[in-house]
Parts: sequence; C-alpha cells; structure tokens
Amino acid sequence: MIRATLKGLLAHKLRLLMSGLAVLLGVLAVSGSMVLTDTLSRSYSAMFDVAYDYMDVSVSVPPKVNTGYLAAPATMPASLAQRLRALPQVARATGNVSTQDGARVVGRDGKVVTSFGAPRIGLNWTGEDGFVRLRAGRGPAADNEIAINAGLAKATGYTVGDRIGVLTRAPRRTFTVVGVFGYSGNRDSLAGETIVAFTLPAAQRLLVGEPDVLTSVDLVAKDGVSPEQLRAAVAGVLGPAYRVQTAAELSRQAGDAVDQGLKFFNYILLGFAAVALFVGVFLILNTFSIIVAQRLRELALLRALGASRAQVVGSVEAEAFVVGLVSSVAGLLLGVGTGRLLAWWSATAFGGGVELAPTSVPPSAILAGLGVGIGVTMLAALGPALRAARIPPVAALRESSTGKTRLGRITVAGLAATIAGAALLAAGLTGHAGPAEPLVALLGGVLLVLIGIALLMPVLVRPVVAALGAPVAFWTPGRLGERNSARQPRRTAITAAALMVGISLVVGIGVILTSVTRSFDQALGNRIKVDLIIAGEQTGPLPPTFDGAVLDQVRRMPEVETVLGFTTDVGVVDGSQTPIGAVTDSTVMRSLFGLRATAGTLDGLGAGQFLIDDTTARNTGQHVGDHLWVQLTKGGPRQFTVTGIYARESGLSGWLTGAAESRNFRGADPSTGLIKVRPGASVPAVKARIAGLLTDSPEATVSDRSGYVRQQTSALDSLRGMVQILMTMAIIVAVLGIINTLALSVIERTRELGLLRAIGLRRAQLVEMIAVESVIISLFGALLGVAAGVALGAAAVQGLHDQGITALGLPWAQMGAYLALGVVIGTVASIAPAIRAARLNVLTAVAYE
Amino acid sequence: MAGEATAQAPAVPAVRAMRVGKVFGAGDAQVVALDDVHLTVDARQLTAVMGPSGSGKSTLLHCLAGLDAVTSGEVWIGGTRVTGLSDARLTRLRRRQVGFVFQQFNLLPTLSARENIVLPLAIAGRKPDPAWFDEVVAAMELGDRLEHRPAQLSGGQQQRVACARAILSRPDVIFADEPTGNLDSRSGTEILRLLRDAVHRQGQTVVLVTHDAHAAAYADRVVFLRDGRIVSELREPTAERVLEHLARLDSAARAGSRT
Repeated sequence: MIRATLKGLLAHKLRLLMSGLAVLLGVLAVSGSMVLTDTLSRSYSAMFDVAYDYMDVSVSVPPKVNTGYLAAPATMPASLAQRLRALPQVARATGNVSTQDGARVVGRDGKVVTSFGAPRIGLNWTGEDGFVRLRAGRGPAADNEIAINAGLAKATGYTVGDRIGVLTRAPRRTFTVVGVFGYSGNRDSLAGETIVAFTLPAAQRLLVGEPDVLTSVDLVAKDGVSPEQLRAAVAGVLGPAYRVQTAAELSRQAGDAVDQGLKFFNYILLGFAAVALFVGVFLILNTFSIIVAQRLRELALLRALGASRAQVVGSVEAEAFVVGLVSSVAGLLLGVGTGRLLAWWSATAFGGGVELAPTSVPPSAILAGLGVGIGVTMLAALGPALRAARIPPVAALRESSTGKTRLGRITVAGLAATIAGAALLAAGLTGHAGPAEPLVALLGGVLLVLIGIALLMPVLVRPVVAALGAPVAFWTPGRLGERNSARQPRRTAITAAALMVGISLVVGIGVILTSVTRSFDQALGNRIKVDLIIAGEQTGPLPPTFDGAVLDQVRRMPEVETVLGFTTDVGVVDGSQTPIGAVTDSTVMRSLFGLRATAGTLDGLGAGQFLIDDTTARNTGQHVGDHLWVQLTKGGPRQFTVTGIYARESGLSGWLTGAAESRNFRGADPSTGLIKVRPGASVPAVKARIAGLLTDSPEATVSDRSGYVRQQTSALDSLRGMVQILMTMAIIVAVLGIINTLALSVIERTRELGLLRAIGLRRAQLVEMIAVESVIISLFGALLGVAAGVALGAAAVQGLHDQGITALGLPWAQMGAYLALGVVIGTVASIAPAIRAARLNVLTAVAYE
Repeated sequence: MAGEATAQAPAVPAVRAMRVGKVFGAGDAQVVALDDVHLTVDARQLTAVMGPSGSGKSTLLHCLAGLDAVTSGEVWIGGTRVTGLSDARLTRLRRRQVGFVFQQFNLLPTLSARENIVLPLAIAGRKPDPAWFDEVVAAMELGDRLEHRPAQLSGGQQQRVACARAILSRPDVIFADEPTGNLDSRSGTEILRLLRDAVHRQGQTVVLVTHDAHAAAYADRVVFLRDGRIVSELREPTAERVLEHLARLDSAARAGSRT
C-alpha cells in the first residue's frame, strides 16, 4: 500500500504541488507571525531591561481612569520626592512629569509630526544618566527651552538652535531646541516614540496643567538595599494610594504592553493564514477528489485484490500526510525567514533603536505550523478518502464508472449549514450569543454561512452557468466552453468556492464600510443643520484637539448663528469605563441635531448632569433623576444626575455632560466644533476666517460637510485596503485551483479535444473554448462571492442599526471590479491549460486511451 | 442534387496517395508502417481498406486524412495537396473537404444529437442547408432522436449521428475508422448499409478501414494491405471472396516468413 501511495504521489506531483502551495502559504503566515512577535518581544524586553537598569523602584499614582498605557497619569505633590529622598534606603530620588502623547511637534512643513502609533511623549528633563545621553547641546534650563530625542531630530531635521512649535495641553508654543539626546547603545528612540523634554515647571504646566506636581518618582537604592526591600520600605511609608514598582516589574509591564501591541501584527498574519488555509481546503479537496477519480480503477483493483476500506482510506490519507508535511516544512522555513524579515523591517521602520534579538524558532511555531498544515491537508482529503473507500471492487472491471454525483445530501447539508450560520450570525450581531463571545459567534456564523454556500454551489452550477453562458451561446467555442463548465457541477463548484470565499469577505466588509459612510453622510446631510465643522485628523494614539478659545472667537463672528463644541474623554460611570462628551450648550445641540427628548429635558445641561440616549438608557437601566457615581480623569468620584434622555441619532449617542465638566477631563480643549452660519452669509468666507484662527492648532482643520465626511471616513479606506491585501491570498489560491481543474479537464477530455480538432476546430477556437470554460467558472465564483458578500454585509449592517448605521450602501464600483476581476482571473488561469490543449497532436489525441 | 447523378458520373479520384512512406521511430527502433503506397480512391465509391493487424491500414487512413504527416511521398484530397500543409490549412481542409467517423468517442457528450451533427458547420461559422439537413437526418433514420444527448442514445444511434455529421458538410471524402468495431452485428450492419446508401444515393465518397470481411463486403472495392504495402484489391466484393482472399494473403505471408 505504501508503494502504491508513493507512486501515486509522484504521478500527480504538479497537482499536489499546487494544492500544497496553499498549505505552504498558510503555514508561512502562521509561523511567520509567531517568529515575528517572538523576535520583537524578546528585542523589546532586552531593551526595557536596559532602560530600567538605572533605577530600582518607581512610585506613581494609579490613573483614575485606567485606559491602558495611554491613560492620563494621576499626579502627586512634588514634595513627595523630598520625602522619599529622606528615606534611609534611598540613594537618589528623581521626580518626573511625563505624559504619553503629551507633546506633539510641528514639523518644518507646518504639519504635526506623526509617529505611526508610537506615543509622542512630553516629560521633564532630569539630566543625563547611564541610559539618557546628550548627543548635542545641553538640557533645557529656561521654560522656553527644550531638548528632543535623536529619533525626533532625525525625523524632522531639527537640531540645536532651531525654534520649533510644540503642541501640549496648550495650543502651539514656540521653543528653542537646546539639546538632542539619545540612549545608551546609540539608540535614537526606544520604539519609534518622539520625546520633548521641558524644564520641570514647564512640564508641570504644559503636560498636566497643575503646578508643583509629579507623575512619578524614580528611586535608586543605597548599596546593600535590594529593590524589593526598597519597594517594601516605600510602600510602607506611602500606603495603598501609591503604586510602588521595582524596575523589573516595570520592565515586564512595558514588555507586556509591547506584546499587546504586537498582537496587531499577529491578527493580520493569522487572518492571512486563516484565509489561505480555508480557501486551500477547497483546493486540496478538489485535488484529492480528482486523484481518487483518476485512480478509480486502480483503487477498485486494490479492493478486488483484498485491500480493506481502511487501507484505501489510509492510502489516500497517507498521501495527504506527505503533501501536508512537505508543504508545511517548506512553509515553516519560509515563515521563519519572513518573520525575521518583518521583524527587521518593523524594528527599522518604527522601532528607532531596537536591537533585534537573534532569531530563534519558538517550538510553538513549529508545532502550530506543522500541526495546522498537516491537519488541514488531511482533513480536506478525508472526504475524498472516504469516497475512495466506497468504490466497489467491481468498478475495476467496468469500462467507465464515473457515476452521477448525488447532490441531494450535499444540498441539504449546505442549506442546514447556511441556516445555522445565519442564526449564529444573527445571535452574534444582536448580542444574544449566550455565553459565547459575540466575536466568536460572528466569525463562526460567517464561516458556517460560507461553508453552507460552498455546499449549495453544486446545485447552482447549472442554472447560473447557463445564464452566464447565454451571451456566448451563439458562438460555437463559447457554447462548448459553457457546456464543459457545467459538466461536473461538484468540481466546478469547489473550484469556484475559493474565489467565492475571498470575494464575499471583501465585499461584505465593503458593504459595511460603504454603509457607515452613507449613514454618516445622511445624518450630516439631512438631520444635522451644520455648515462648518472643526475637527482633527488623528495622527497619533489620541484624538486631536484644538484651542478652545477659537470657538469663542467664532461665536463672536457676525455671520455665525450658533456654535457647538464637544470635548471628549473616557470616564468611569457606575464602575464601567465609557466615553463621555462635554457639550458647550445642550440647547444649541438639540436644535442642530434635531434631537427629541424621550424623557426629562435636553436643555440647560450643566456640570454634574448627564444626558443619555434611549438605547444606552435601556441597556444600562437608567432613568431621568437617577444618580450615578462618576470618576473623571481628574478629581475624585462624584455623583451625577441623569436629567434627560434623547432619541438616538446617527453621529450622536452615549453620555453627554455640560462643558463645565471638561476641566476634569484629560484636556479641556474641544475635539469637535460645529458651526451654523446665518442665512445669506458666505460659508466659504467664514471657513477661510476660521482657518486663519486655527494656525496654532495645526492638528485641526475646518471643513464643510462633504469635506468632513471625507476626512472622517478616510480611515475606513485603509481598512478596506488591508482587507483587500488579505483577499489577494484567496485570489492566488483560487487561480491555482482553476488551473488545476482546467489542466485536469484537458487531460480527461484529450480524445474529445482530438475529435474537435479532427472535425475542424482551429487551435485558436480551442483556446477560446477553454478560456470561456475558465472564465465561466471564475465568474461563477465571483458572482456568488459578491452575492454572499452583499448578504453578509447587509446582515451586519442590519445588526449595527443600533450603533447608528442606519443606511445600507452597496459598493457598486467595488462589486463591479470584482466581477471584472473574475473575468481576468478566469482568463489568466486558462492560459497554461489552453496552451497545453492547443499543443495536442490531433492524431495522438484521437488515439488517446 | 446528390441522388440522381451518381451512377453515371465519371470516376474522378477523390484521394490520391503517391509513393507514400511512413516510418516510425529512428535507428534500431525504426518501424516502417507504410512502404511506397500508391492508392487512388475514386469519388462516389465506398472503398474498404483491409489487412491483418499491424498491416498499416490505420496508419494509411491517418495519412490520407491529413491527421498524420507522411515520411515520403504525397497525399492529395481532391485538388488539394495535403502533404506539407500548415496546421491552419489542415484545419480548413478538415472543415471543407474531409469527414470523420471514428470507432468510439465520436460525439461530444455535452451536445445534443442535432448540435453534434451541425457542429463542424457551426465551428466553421456556416449554417446547414435545412433541406439537406433533413435529408441526411432522414437517411440516417435519426428523425426522432435529434434532441437526445449521446448518453441517451444506443451505440448504433450514436454512430449514425457521427455519420450524419460527416455527411452534412458534403466533404470530398469521409474517412471511417472501424466504425462498426464497437457495435453489435445488427447495428453494425445498419451503419454499413446506411453508409453504402449515402455513397450510392447521395454521391458521397467513403474510405472505410475494417478488419471485418462482412463489413468490407459492403464496399465497391476492397484494398488489401500487408506489411505496409498494398498487395491486392477486389472490386464488387462479397464476404466469401474477401475471406478467401484474406486466407490466401495469410498463407502467403506464412510462406513468405518461412523463406
């Protein structure tokens, strides 16, 4: 049996190679992502160990609203540093003021320097130590002086002596660069972050907005005192209100934060792997079905000679194991290389000065890569293997026994899977998934629906192909190609399924994104009576703000009727974190948004009061007059009262409070300003004047409605792009699948092709015939993919209705493009098989057995 | 137009093979399949090519039909020199001047009987003459089977569809390679009778390769092949005379191999 298996492998090497390629790509992505994150994680850990080597213990106050590493730090009195310095175990105490994304530099082009997601840190200059080293100049001594890190200096070209604009809690101020610093090991930055170092008073005023406070105190222990001893001593003195951590703990914590960030890479690559493997299953399934069909007589003969069913299954599965093993090993090797390359690239592009740790292949990567690769291959081959086992021994004696495939059971299974998937999807969307995560229910639902559609595809082949072939039915090669594509519905269906899956995912996401844009557009266009919007495009991890004084200036313009400002932050309401917006005037808001109160009043919202939308009220069980404990970024916990409930509208939902509360927010500056111009006034003229007011808030721009929609939805385009990159994977595998199927058809129909040539079909017509068959198969997949994508997307949009996505928008251009892509893919895939068919010698083809 | 003129028409050669040689392989593995074959196939006649297996009769048919290139000599079909034609010219020749009936795999399984019959014309972008189509279909007794797929037809019916397809385009010559080889004797007899009627009533020219003496008996002329050479021929054969002739050839061969 083993020999028969191996011979079978060699005989089908090209076909196996193609299905193996899908496995290879999947394993490559799986192992690549693991090597990447492992390498980066170890690199950053090593770096943090160095960074925290120059202190033993750090004292800080837990943030009042802990939103992760970007949380606005809570402060402590500056006198605490003196108190700690006086402790007998302490050799040195350094007071720090530092905020993530607290200082953004305006570049030479007048735009705010971006850091690709890394924080733009503002802090106080505490002098050089073993870790921080000046490269040029000196530390800041006056409040209008700063030092910048070498990473920032390189990114902007700024150097000592330059006067540069910096945005902090205050609008743009100009500072003189007096020093440029780096880190030990000649690092320019730690992880791509930019740093602006101020004097302590400037840092206190500009970064936290309070005099005589610190955000942390770094302690160095006296000789003979261990960090743990020091921590215990300090904690004993300060009590539980303070957080006392050793350098090792901080390093681990920072490393964990990086690992969290790296998960993003992981998700992308694992998504890549999932698509490749899911689509690859179809290719493998098809390949093994074909191999079994071709070896029908051989397998029947083996059965006639006494092989058991289990042996036949074993023979096919052994073949699958070898294919899985070979492609997984190849994928693993390439994955290690790819992971290393990506690690190097991301460290160079974003990491600044990260020294890459030597590559090692984590055992988990080997296990996951081989396990997934071999597992998927063997699983996909199981169906064909079981079918092979059902071949009766007498089939060896029959002339031909390519019996009719029974589609009944498959269709029933497909219907069942589609319905079950739709139900799961609905449960996930409406949040009634029970104990399971909504995301798991969603993904599982999508997966089931796609599998269900793939199973339903065989019965759809004949009608859909007949419709697709109608335009070419008058043309003989076209008609022949169309008939051929419907000849083996199951094979056509499996071949097209790969494309269906890929396209349905992109189109589904496309439908959601288009609907989001359209809902936003409609809300802004129909219901919200706004002419101009001041808002920023996010260039860092935190949403940008602008100088609150601008709104007052705008309000004083004679052409302006009303102005509304929004300030946002995250607070803790009744124990759970939630975004909170502060509005300058709730009465203006009510008229601009056309809000309707379902309870209480919407007017005169002040400090300590909340307006909430009806859905939130229902979900949290709040009523007008209810009292809630609220913790904002600053100040202590306080009781708020719900004074009104409004009917939810697109663009406005959630917890709103009066503008007076914004002083307890991370920053009091507004993130959005809405302006309504008096009738008759020129909107462009007002826009130009407002733009002039915003010169010191370069993160924000003023735009009219359509410009605002474009600005706010431009982030969706990158998401769309990312999904499309994932899709290329499915397309590659789909093209392989179509080539595979066509090549097989050419071999199977050699005599038929010879006959056609003998009765006068030209080579070009033969090529056309095969191209039509190929295009119809891929168009079939593309069409079902678009249909399934629209269905899935529409279902999601329906489910997101409560999130303010009220309009369904179809990405017509995208859908058209994917149908066109179907034609292109079909044509490309047909090239090699068609050439092979055209090269057939007529005589040998006719005589082919 | 086809029916009435046949019997008295002068015998114009439909196919000519001039000093045709065909060699397979090279060196030690060289096999001479055809050796200096001279053959003229008269138009409006049913010519059978017979010979023991390995005598080269199928090779001769392939060479005459332009399916295979000759090693030496020339093949002409009507006024066209087949030898040396490009693939495109050969395709045109097949469309206009040659019809085929093979032993098996004769029809496209995806097309109905009607579509199969008109396929060569459709490929060439021509329309069948409806009256001629009806005549051919009637002659092949296929009137009620036209919308069936090949899988729904018996072997004999399938072969009749193939014959109708070959006849419909009015080729200079129809080559039939063992057309009865896969059929039971009744269906085979019927095919032969229909082919002969097509020759005599409709003025077709048919070259038939067979190893069956009863099949050869339907021909106007039988050409005997042995070891790649034409060794003799019979006109107006009967099955008995063909068998007798074959037996003589066989013993001559045995005698020859003894020397």
